[in-house]
Amino acid sequence: MNSDCLGIDIGSRTIKLVHLAGDTVSRREVADATSRPAEVVATLLADHPGVPCLATGYGRQLLEINDTPSVTEIKACARGVTSLCGGNRTVIDIGGQDVKVIVLDGNGRVSRFEMNDRCAAGTGKFIEIMAQRLDYQLEAFGAAALTGNDSLTISSLCTVFAESEVIGLLNRSERREDIARAIHRSVIKKVSGMFKRIAPPGSSVTAVGGGARNPALVALLEGELQRPVDVPEHPQIVAALGAALLCGEMRNR
Amino acid sequence: MSEAAVNYRPMWTGLGLNLQNHDALLNVLGELYSSTFMTQKNRPTGMAYFDFVMSEVHGLRIKELMDAKAEGRKVVGTYCTFVPEELVLATGGIMVGLCAGADFATDEVEKLLPRNTCALIKSTFGFKLGGVCPYIEASDLVVGENTCDGKKKAYETLAGLVHEFYAMDMPQTKSPQGRALLKAEYLAFKEKMEQLSGVTISAEALRGAIAVVNNKRRAVQRLARLRAADPAPVSGLDALLVNQVSFYDNPERFTGSVNTICDELEQRITDAAGVKPAGTPRILISGCPMAVPNWKVPSIIENLNAVIVGEESCIGERGSRGLVNSEAVTVDGLIDNLVDRYMEIDCAIFSPNTERLDHIREMAEEYEADGVLLYGLNFCTPYQMEGLSIEKELETSGIPALRIETDYSQEDTGQLTTRIEAFIERIGG
Repeated sequence: MNSDCLGIDIGSRTIKLVHLAGDTVSRREVADATSRPAEVVATLLADHPGVPCLATGYGRQLLEINDTPSVTEIKACARGVTSLCGGNRTVIDIGGQDVKVIVLDGNGRVSRFEMNDRCAAGTGKFIEIMAQRLDYQLEAFGAAALTGNDSLTISSLCTVFAESEVIGLLNRSERREDIARAIHRSVIKKVSGMFKRIAPPGSSVTAVGGGARNPALVALLEGELQRPVDVPEHPQIVAALGAALLCGEMRNR
Repeated sequence: MSEAAVNYRPMWTGLGLNLQNHDALLNVLGELYSSTFMTQKNRPTGMAYFDFVMSEVHGLRIKELMDAKAEGRKVVGTYCTFVPEELVLATGGIMVGLCAGADFATDEVEKLLPRNTCALIKSTFGFKLGGVCPYIEASDLVVGENTCDGKKKAYETLAGLVHEFYAMDMPQTKSPQGRALLKAEYLAFKEKMEQLSGVTISAEALRGAIAVVNNKRRAVQRLARLRAADPAPVSGLDALLVNQVSFYDNPERFTGSVNTICDELEQRITDAAGVKPAGTPRILISGCPMAVPNWKVPSIIENLNAVIVGEESCIGERGSRGLVNSEAVTVDGLIDNLVDRYMEIDCAIFSPNTERLDHIREMAEEYEADGVLLYGLNFCTPYQMEGLSIEKELETSGIPALRIETDYSQEDTGQLTTRIEAFIERIGG
């Protein structure tokens, strides 16, 4: 029991929690952040009384009032990926409102990272809005894009203008799955641009975050980067897992 | 910035300020100042002087300018460290840096400037158009220097908005031709100052002015050396503030106050007293200048587990480095010495500008910085361009670098905090 640790990743769209009992993940949860993230956090934590916790994610300061330590999602993500896949690789994290590319050295330490600035281009939110515009359930959107062809291009990276482009394509009666594919390609173009700026040549690639659950994003990424992209079994909770691991390491120090 | 004990409203009205806007600005600034500076822990007591200057930056200091004007002395407003204060002081004049560190009256600004203009230039116009900068209103002459394209073209419009405008051309290369251009410009500016003030600049007066400004630089250089101790005896925010105040304050009084705080810092170093524990990750900032009240990025950094140990910036070491040799007999010889010193400023308008990278490396080594934060304002092409190659060079030689591009708005604070915090995690081991 003493070796139990929690990691909580308070993201913009979802809140993820991992409970580690020794080396084993005993609980793994993903909750919608809703309009009251602090309450969601409190509810999630209530099931794990007395277990030390480390917070990460965009909302990590939410817990600072309770003296819960925090690390950035970049450090947490690096730790999580290293535990699952080892170091010496480049991580692509496609989250709700951020896209991050993190270069890990052989010891799993962050040697470089890049993050989108104040813009939704290339993020999960962008995909979500476009799915909605095309009347797809988010889960079905990637699968639809896989059946589309490369005949169309979305050139704008601005969510608002890209939506205008989508409307234009719909008005021209283009096929929905082709538009879906064009949207996914535009995201990958942005992400691979960030990747190419900082990734060492030939680096192995691991994709995490909610975006890594989208099969079209992963397939297109593999095509664009011309190499396999590893996706851990539960890509969305990797940062929470990393936070739980760091929590244990900080306690043992 | 605080509630003034003296009623300055008649003075502000006389200057033509928009009192409603001005009240709103002072309220925001007062709150920002309190939350940024007064909440810091373990501040040196000598910072009280600078807190006072800031509290009276639109009050007592303006009163001093108005009193000097009443004696016939001239006030010259500037936007750049290339305008030599020595030539203003030598005529009995006063030089002040003009407000350019916050968004104001953006709607009005965008009637005159394209939206994609850097925040600093937009702010210059915002303070003027909003009627909230007593310095620009008190200036008998506003000097605009042709550094970047944005400023150069914006000054054409600003010229019609101020009492009197003077354009100073700038070299773009550190060649003999560039040096000759700067000398010609300084000679022309000397004549302009003589005509404005009715005072002919003597070698003796110019030597005296050179001594005053050199002393100011020496004091700031002393502060730069002392703040680099570990633990840092003063925060980066406070050290930046001292640099910022150097553009507003009476130079002799400022020099004395900086030396007083430096004496205190020496004692603190002896006592190993710091604003944060020894071993706190140390960051060097490099890039675009941060004018009052642009404390956004330093405030993010020092609210995290890090301390800023230097600014490679015009409001910082790029602007205060070096001294002017006062040993020349003639005015022309002294102006040559001025040109020698000012040509050394490694502003990104110069091409090439390799000395800047050398200086960043030197500073990082001397101040034992763990990483360099390359700070660029959006749409500032010269510094943004240099940022890319400098980032690469630093990383290649093992100095971690984080390049950020931002403006004066607060909307990216969350993202910046995450990026800067992750950088601190990276350099802190």
